[in-house]
Order: sequence, then structure tokens, then C-alpha cells
Amino acid sequence: MTFLQIIFLLFAAVILGSALMVVTTRNMIHAALWLIAALFGVAAVYALLNAGFLAVVQVVVYIGAIAILFIFAVMLTRREMRDKGPQLNKNWWMAALISVVTFGGLFGLLSNWAGFSKTAAEIPAGLDAVEQLGIALVSPDAYVLPFEVASILLLAALIGAVYVAFNKE
Amino acid sequence: MIPLSWYLTLSAGLFSIGLFGVLARKNAVAILLGIELMLNAVNINLVAFWRYGDPAMIVGQVFAIIVFATAAAEVAVGLALIISIYRRRKTVVADEIDMMKW
Repeated sequence: MTFLQIIFLLFAAVILGSALMVVTTRNMIHAALWLIAALFGVAAVYALLNAGFLAVVQVVVYIGAIAILFIFAVMLTRREMRDKGPQLNKNWWMAALISVVTFGGLFGLLSNWAGFSKTAAEIPAGLDAVEQLGIALVSPDAYVLPFEVASILLLAALIGAVYVAFNKE
Repeated sequence: MIPLSWYLTLSAGLFSIGLFGVLARKNAVAILLGIELMLNAVNINLVAFWRYGDPAMIVGQVFAIIVFATAAAEVAVGLALIISIYRRRKTVVADEIDMMKW
């Protein structure tokens, strides 16, 4: 077992443990904070995969914006739900069963796939992934259209969110 | 080196936990938290396949960026809906939000 493998297992334990806390803890503020821990673990996994830019984006966008938005939403809505009554609906055992079956199905499907135990390809010498990513996002031969569609989606979501949450009174 | 199977197993586990959260939680905000976990599992898969496939093909990272943008849009609209419903109905329990139930 190499050093990298130990680091990976450590962060995998952090991610899965925090994710379990997110879906089971009673206090929604704590759930949002556990989500931040899980997202941080995912950022570390990106770093292990040599995707440094995505690790930074994960911290800035997910932890900096989305998780904080969740905390605001919890603070604006929590009075009704705070720590009273069950947090899981009455079909939770069915949900647990479906989750376990999904995991088993995915794992079974993947373990029959030939590339399952593949090891990482060598990163070609002189490859600057960030530069490649930047070029790919604006090059007409590559992904400029999905990039523009994503920006329009964000604009539409922005306007939609303001309209939906706007208090008419 | 870390084999690809470890990343895929981690991602499958994270996806299943998020699925449980979406299906079992009563609080609508908690359902969105579960969706975030599932989107992150997808992103781990995309980046792992980029790294273990051909790193010169950047498509895995491009898709991950698009998923980031989609997740941000989804959270903004979802939370705006929840806050709007809370303002009118004074509830965030998904079972009680049944205006569209026929």
C-alpha cells in the first residue's frame, strides 16, 4: 500500500462518512456543514486525480457558493422543522433498500467490465491541462457551444430564482 | 498507484448515499443536499475517466465544468422555490407540498 493509496482511503472515508451524516443528521445546519466536509473531500480527490483546476473550482463554487446558499436557505426556513418529529419519511427502509441495490448493481456491473482495475495513464510530457481546458472551452472545434448553453442556463436560472423568490407584497 | 476501481467504487457509494437522502428525507432542503451528493459522485466519475483514459482528451474536465454550472443553476432555482413555498405555506416538508397532486 503506497502513500497515495493511504491518502485516497483517508479522503474516501471522509467523503462517505460526511455524506452519511448529511443524509441522517437531524439538524439541517449540521447537515449543510457535513456537506461542506464531503465537498472538501471531493476536492481532494480531484487533486489526487491531477485535476488541480477542478479542485480549486470545487472549493470556490461548491463550498464558497452552493454550500453557503444552503446554509442561508436552512436559516430562512428551519423554524418549522427544527428537531421535532422524524426526519425520515415512513418509506425510508424502501429508500435504503433501493440505495443498497443501486450500489450493488453499479458495483456488479463495473466489476464485470474489463477496464475496472485499470491503472492511470501517463500524463504526456508538456501537457498543460488547464491550458487545454481553457482552449477547449472557447474553441469552435471543441466545446464552445455547450459552454455558451451553460452560460445561458445560468442566466435563466438567475432570473428564474429572482422571480420565484421575489416577494410581491 | 490507485486503480480506477477505487474511484468508481467511491463514486458509486457516494451516489447511493445521495439517492437515499433524496428518497428518504422529509425536508425539501435535505433532498437538494442529496442531489448535490449525487452530482458530486458523477463528477468524480467524469474526472477519473479523464485521468485513466486519455489525459490529452480534455472532455472529462469540460463535462465536469458543465456539471458545476448545472448544479449551481439547480440549487439557485430549487432553493428559491423552497423559500417561496415556505413563505406561502409555512412548510418545507416535501409530503405536505402537494398542491400539484391530483
